[in-house]
Amino acid sequence: MTLRYTKEHEWVRIEGAVWVCGVSAYAAEQLGDVVYVELPARGRSVKAGAEMAVVESAKAASDVYAPVSGTVADVNDALGEAPQLVNEGPEGQGWLVKLTPADPGEFDALMDAAAYQAFLKDL
Amino acid sequence: MPVQYEGVLAEHAWTRAHASLFDVSHMGPCFFALNGALGGEDAHRAAAALVERLAPSDIAGLRPGQMRYTVLLNEDGGVIDDLMVARHPDFDQSGALYIVANAGGKAGDFARLAAAAEGRASLRPGDDLCLLALQGPEAEAALLAFAPAAASLGFMEAWTGQILGAPATVARCGYTGEDGFEILIDPAAAAILFERLLEDARVKPAGLGARDSLRLEAGLCLYGHDLDETISPVEADLPWIIPKRRRLAGDFPGAARILRELREGPARKRVGLAPLGKAPAREGVEIVREGRTVGRVTSGGFGASIAAPISMGYVEAASSAPGTSLDLLVRGQPRAASVVALPFVPHRYKRSPP
Repeated sequence: MTLRYTKEHEWVRIEGAVWVCGVSAYAAEQLGDVVYVELPARGRSVKAGAEMAVVESAKAASDVYAPVSGTVADVNDALGEAPQLVNEGPEGQGWLVKLTPADPGEFDALMDAAAYQAFLKDL
Repeated sequence: MPVQYEGVLAEHAWTRAHASLFDVSHMGPCFFALNGALGGEDAHRAAAALVERLAPSDIAGLRPGQMRYTVLLNEDGGVIDDLMVARHPDFDQSGALYIVANAGGKAGDFARLAAAAEGRASLRPGDDLCLLALQGPEAEAALLAFAPAAASLGFMEAWTGQILGAPATVARCGYTGEDGFEILIDPAAAAILFERLLEDARVKPAGLGARDSLRLEAGLCLYGHDLDETISPVEADLPWIIPKRRRLAGDFPGAARILRELREGPARKRVGLAPLGKAPAREGVEIVREGRTVGRVTSGGFGASIAAPISMGYVEAASSAPGTSLDLLVRGQPRAASVVALPFVPHRYKRSPP
């Protein structure tokens, strides 16, 4: 499955009409042990680049930004009982939010895996 | 000192079950000694009297090798810094005190202590030395191979001697709520001791993240967060650092305010806060009761040993009783919490029999 990435270390995967979003493996590693995830309400509108969720690790609270404008279609309720899924499978079972994008064409503007790896090297 | 080695939660849990080694060389150790001949009770009393000009605790009453937690006060009774003060373990070296201040405040503390001494004592910073904290229930067993005499200290007792051939000062104290030691030693010996201790399967390195979550569970203050120059030791719920002799004499900075607060109770008080949900409430979070702001969180995070978020903060006296229901405004959302007694995790210090 093709993942695309943002400069804020979110990843996006297309699943039918929605975008599945989470934090990259790199971001999860930087955050350390995740102890709490605050997710948006279903149906909430989000603006690209605005805060969409909060991931709290043992070290600090970090905002997660919406990679695209849209509407929250679903959230990963499993994180309520098992926030450590963000560490265990950041780009899989640790997904955060499913968005219905206002403009699906935005997907192609995001970095692919190779471009994201190159971006990480320059940090 | 890194924030973490293996991970904050793993390091935290290891410390409570085994032993962790923290490099806390950023702290401010120093030696404060009377000028002229040392030795004897009079020399100790003379040195203690100089420190007691700034601190409200009983320094004069320390036995050789005994250590005490205290604070430096400003003229308004606010806390300039919190620190450890120990009397030299050797009676013949009475008049010499070992003091450990915080990293952020050490330069100011040293200047204040030196000024208070008015030429009768000298202060030598320990900036050229390393301070290692070995903390956890297996700390004693791990230290035994290097300093058997230090391993038999009681809680809040200090020892001086040789470790790996280098002069060292060891105090049985710490910042985790567990039994443990802080070892002051020169950098060359510290590097070897650090490596050698880590060869012990019971000992792992731990970083700043675990140090903070451990001290928070233990209900211990972090200067600049839970203590500052506007907060008195009575508000900080540390009245026990001010013994009867000092209360009767009122001979410390800010005594008028502090004695009034001891008599009438402080307007605000440091309390433990247990959020009912899972969202951590960190420093700066507003504390609300029935829609009215009654205080602010000064430290907060995740208590790894109790697997729940925990916070400390200051609330109005009327809202400080354990069991009081409050709301913590986390990112604008009220989150239910209760005032609880500190510490969150019971201390497991190794006290000497009285």
